[in-house]
Amino acid sequence: MAVCIAVIAKENYPLYIRSVPTQNELKFHYTVHTSLDVVEEKISAVGKSIGDQRELYLGLLYPTEDYKVYGYVTNSKVKFVIVVDSSNTSLRDNEIRSMFRKLHNSFTDVMCNPFHNPGDPIQSKAFDGIVSGMMVQSS
Amino acid sequence: MAASQWELPPELCCRPMAFVALTGLDVVYNAVHRAIWDAFCANRRADRVPISFKVLPGDHEYPKCRTKRTSYEWYIPKGILKTGWMNKHLNLVPALVVLFYELDWDDPQWKEKQSECATKVEIVRTSLQGRNTKVAVVLIQKKTPLPPGEDLVASERAAALCTACDLSGKSLFVLPHTDHLVGYIIRLENAFYEHAQTYYYTEIRRVKSHKEFLNKTTHQLLFVRHQFKIGFFSELKQDTQNALKYYRTAYSLVHELRAHETNMLEIKTLAGFINYKICRLCFQHNTPLDAIAQFRKHIDQCKKKIGSAELAFEHAAWMSKQFQSFGELFDEAIKLGLTAIQTQNPGFYYQQAACYSQDRKQQALTLCQAGASYPSPDPLDTQSGGLDFYGQRHWRQGHQSIDPPDAEKEKTGILALQMKERDVPHSELIIALLSNAVAQFKKYKCPRMKSHLMVQMGEEYYHAKDYTKALKLLDYVMCDYRTERWWALLTAILTTALRCAFLMASVKDYTVYCMELLGRASTLKDEHKARIEKNLLRVLQNQVPDPEPDCDPASVGAARTLWNDRMALSGSNELTVEVQDYIPFIQCKGRFQSPSFHVDQPILLQVFLRADCPQPVAFSKLAVSLSNQEYNQWCVAEASGSDSMTLLPGKTRSFSFSFVAKTEDVGKKIEVTGVELMLGAAAGRCVFLSWRGAGGDAASAHEALQASRSSRRWGRGLEARQEPSWDSLSLQPSTMIISRVPRISVQLSHQPPALTNELYRIGISVRSEEDATARDVTLTAGLKPGQDAGLSQTTQVTLDGSVVCDDSCPSLIPDIPLGTLEPGQRLDRCVYVTCVSTGPRVFLFHVAYSVDTSVDGRRIVCRCHKDETVTIETVVPFEVSVKFVSTKFEPLDRVAVDVPFLLMTDVQSSSPWPLLLSSSSLTLLAMSSTSAQLQSQVQDVVLETGECASECFSLRCPAHNSSSNAVATGQYLISWRRQSSSADSPLIQTTVTLPHVILEPVPVYIHADLPSFGRVRESLPVRYHIENRTALVQEVEMAVEPSDAFMFSGLKQVRLRILPGSEQQMLYNYYPLMAGYQTLPQLNISLPRCQTSNSQALRRFLPQRIFVKPQGRQLDDASIAAA
Repeated sequence: MAVCIAVIAKENYPLYIRSVPTQNELKFHYTVHTSLDVVEEKISAVGKSIGDQRELYLGLLYPTEDYKVYGYVTNSKVKFVIVVDSSNTSLRDNEIRSMFRKLHNSFTDVMCNPFHNPGDPIQSKAFDGIVSGMMVQSS
Repeated sequence: MAASQWELPPELCCRPMAFVALTGLDVVYNAVHRAIWDAFCANRRADRVPISFKVLPGDHEYPKCRTKRTSYEWYIPKGILKTGWMNKHLNLVPALVVLFYELDWDDPQWKEKQSECATKVEIVRTSLQGRNTKVAVVLIQKKTPLPPGEDLVASERAAALCTACDLSGKSLFVLPHTDHLVGYIIRLENAFYEHAQTYYYTEIRRVKSHKEFLNKTTHQLLFVRHQFKIGFFSELKQDTQNALKYYRTAYSLVHELRAHETNMLEIKTLAGFINYKICRLCFQHNTPLDAIAQFRKHIDQCKKKIGSAELAFEHAAWMSKQFQSFGELFDEAIKLGLTAIQTQNPGFYYQQAACYSQDRKQQALTLCQAGASYPSPDPLDTQSGGLDFYGQRHWRQGHQSIDPPDAEKEKTGILALQMKERDVPHSELIIALLSNAVAQFKKYKCPRMKSHLMVQMGEEYYHAKDYTKALKLLDYVMCDYRTERWWALLTAILTTALRCAFLMASVKDYTVYCMELLGRASTLKDEHKARIEKNLLRVLQNQVPDPEPDCDPASVGAARTLWNDRMALSGSNELTVEVQDYIPFIQCKGRFQSPSFHVDQPILLQVFLRADCPQPVAFSKLAVSLSNQEYNQWCVAEASGSDSMTLLPGKTRSFSFSFVAKTEDVGKKIEVTGVELMLGAAAGRCVFLSWRGAGGDAASAHEALQASRSSRRWGRGLEARQEPSWDSLSLQPSTMIISRVPRISVQLSHQPPALTNELYRIGISVRSEEDATARDVTLTAGLKPGQDAGLSQTTQVTLDGSVVCDDSCPSLIPDIPLGTLEPGQRLDRCVYVTCVSTGPRVFLFHVAYSVDTSVDGRRIVCRCHKDETVTIETVVPFEVSVKFVSTKFEPLDRVAVDVPFLLMTDVQSSSPWPLLLSSSSLTLLAMSSTSAQLQSQVQDVVLETGECASECFSLRCPAHNSSSNAVATGQYLISWRRQSSSADSPLIQTTVTLPHVILEPVPVYIHADLPSFGRVRESLPVRYHIENRTALVQEVEMAVEPSDAFMFSGLKQVRLRILPGSEQQMLYNYYPLMAGYQTLPQLNISLPRCQTSNSQALRRFLPQRIFVKPQGRQLDDASIAAA
């Protein structure tokens, strides 16, 4: 289960960041922000060959001592980042993928809301609920 | 010392090379020896064998060899690896000792020298007692040796010397001191290298042989030690593959050791050493993935082995060192050609090292409490000054049981270590590691990671109390976070920066950071913002602000003094802050009410201000600067006396300015170049917030974009809202000053289309609707500029309607003065246009005038203008067609020489307006008219549309002596004008060039004179003229055929001769018998001498028929009456 889930706009500013409340929130902000370096690099590497269908899931972006950071980029260049605790070895790649898929579906629902202005921070209870379901439950 | 405790020993980090000692060389006083030594140690490139040479005196004492243990049964090892061991084998115990001795084979004192040499060898041997070190002898000889086998004396003496010195033949070398010294030296050292390898091989065998004596319970440490030693010897032997294998075994053995708190440090130290060796060799073997895998395994295994909780900082320091040294190895490998990638580069290891250093600092802070005094005697002192074994405690060296021998000693020892840790400059270490990492991430395209690390560096500088450097770093990266809109991170950085600025008492920085932390980008809670705002107000009042929370209390005191000094300083209490690149707590948007203003309207400019801070904020002055500075005076709002201007939190306040534009600025743009807001008062400290342009800051561009996308824009109640929503306000930084709306009417009257070449009249009527006199009325009339370039050459404009204009006339007449126009007055003018070519043209009529008017009570003179354009089509007035016919009105394709023919012209009008053809005339070139005076037959004819006026001229073309048959006819001139135009308007001459004719010579010209008609039963005399136009006498046969319609008298058949140039006439009297068109009796003519012309051709000029009237009645009225 994730310790931090973030949605980043096309222009690389955060639309949504949620992390487990037990740990330093700022640290996760930095982790997500720095992971954008790798995301940008991966996107630009694909763009060079036209017609190359890019996979949305970018896989493990980079490992740190404590966390694993996974990335996902929609076709409109909105980025999803999921941070998982390194000690959590039970989580398989497939599960991460399905988390991203769920996140993407929920994000699409948010965008379909006619009262939501794309580019504004996400303030949706439904989206919050989906994210909470994917986060580490801290009791 | 404390810092270096964690450094890896240099003998571990170097590349082990076989150690060979050279003795018997006097490198100081003997030039030959010096040259030999230089040849050994100079230019040791990669292609030379890896040996480290040392010059030692002949009687050098080598380290003593301890007596060999015969049994390990009662032996309990005291540690894993002795601190001196690696150095001993790298630098102290040679693999080979070489004795240099000067001796030629034919030396006269051979015997003596031989025994001296043997003695020297013996001394060396004694000193190496118990070691397997080889000894070799090199004879330095002056003479070049003969090829082997030829010098019998040499081989005999060499054998003798070997026996005397107890050397094998392979250990005796000869070094002739000649030209090829380096070549000999290289051969020598290759031989030395082989000896050294043998030595290390035996050493490895020796260590391996201990294994059988060991048992697993008591000698666990020795297993590790021996494997490490074998690995190390293998490296000395340059057998890196095997070295790696042994090190790997050693590494797994190290982790099999029973670990407890007392030996944890020793195990970790050794594990670190062996790991270093493994990673180093993996990189050397170009298998970086193995190195990384080994390192990961190493870290995973050791991460949890913290050891003593009171010395937890040691574990962090050790971890940090592990990462750092791996990073260095990685970096080293990259310098040697390895390629790293974005997600796997040395930066990550440096970063992690820094991270552990930060942990170390934290733990040191919590564990190392101040106050205790350093224990005495120093528990970290040992007799030898250092440790015997790597990773052991000073106060219990060699101790290997689980519990410490002396609890009291243990306590003081830990205390001493903690005291020492307190003196470690942690921040320096962290910063150094971070800056290493920054350099790496910069290289591998990780700008955000770089920024993050720079923030950490900044924070570390802050902890190290180097605020200037901290601010410099933080300021540098702040901009990146601001443009990427990561507000939470920006706020965190700003908070640190604000503390720095406070502690430095830097007024400007403090103000700027306060402003941004109060702004909308800040994620601080309102109570914090309120506190910061209070502090900002204090600074504005020249007071010392309250300290930031979480500042070091000691520093706060120092900062207070600094602030007080600052405040006491007079002057420099004005501060301008360029807020464009920040996100300040006051937002500003300036806009002209309209993108353009007429010069007779007052210009309206609005400035909207909005404060994002939690408390109301007062300011004393608002000033707008414009591109034309003369207007600036009108755009200032100042608080007067007690009534200061206040911005309420979250409320938009607008300030309106209005001014009158100068008439010189018509057509120019007025731009807001800056907005300045003054906070504070001149008495205290004033801060000018200065926006470039019409306001907006680092975040407003994005906000404007979002607002424009927002669906709320179309939401209900938008109009109902009292004040406009801030986001929907857009900037309007510039406005155009345009001229006053003209109040005149310009009407054009003309009759389109224009006719080619015609003087086309366009009437302009200007009528003033002004309330005042319009002065200096000017008219610009003509072809509108900017059309096809050809048009301006084919269009002429004139004011004079009496003369057709020519090429000298322009296509546009500018600024025709029209005088003044009183209110309501009308003015008419005519302009004449000649268009030479057809097609549409756009004509411009530009009427400009000056008028006095007043704006806001100010009288100004405005220049107004009105433009009228009209498109006029030009068409041809008429088509002229010309044809040549014979006198019998038969179309001619060629004209006979000197025979009359007819020229017929048709003028067909295509003008929609009636045309008056005034006259026409022919200008003939080669032709002549048959009539004396050419009279125009279309004089004063009016042609309606589609009507046609024809003329007919009888012409004759004389013989022409040019080579070509074609002859130019001449021109046809028509003078015309529109019927509707006034009588005095000039006539237009249209010239039509007539087509050429093709001439045809006629040898015999026969024509007839006959009346225009005949009458039944009345004589009709016909005279035939036969002209001979050749230079020959022509014989002509003529015969008249009988006809039913005529009787005739005259020669029926005749044959006659005609002289050249003369003419013969034949007279016949025809007597018509029938009325109506009758065919004349046919004349058959033949020229026997000129066969080319047949009767047909000769007859063509003769009339064929004649009209015969019936018999007249007037003579015979009676018969009618009778009838």
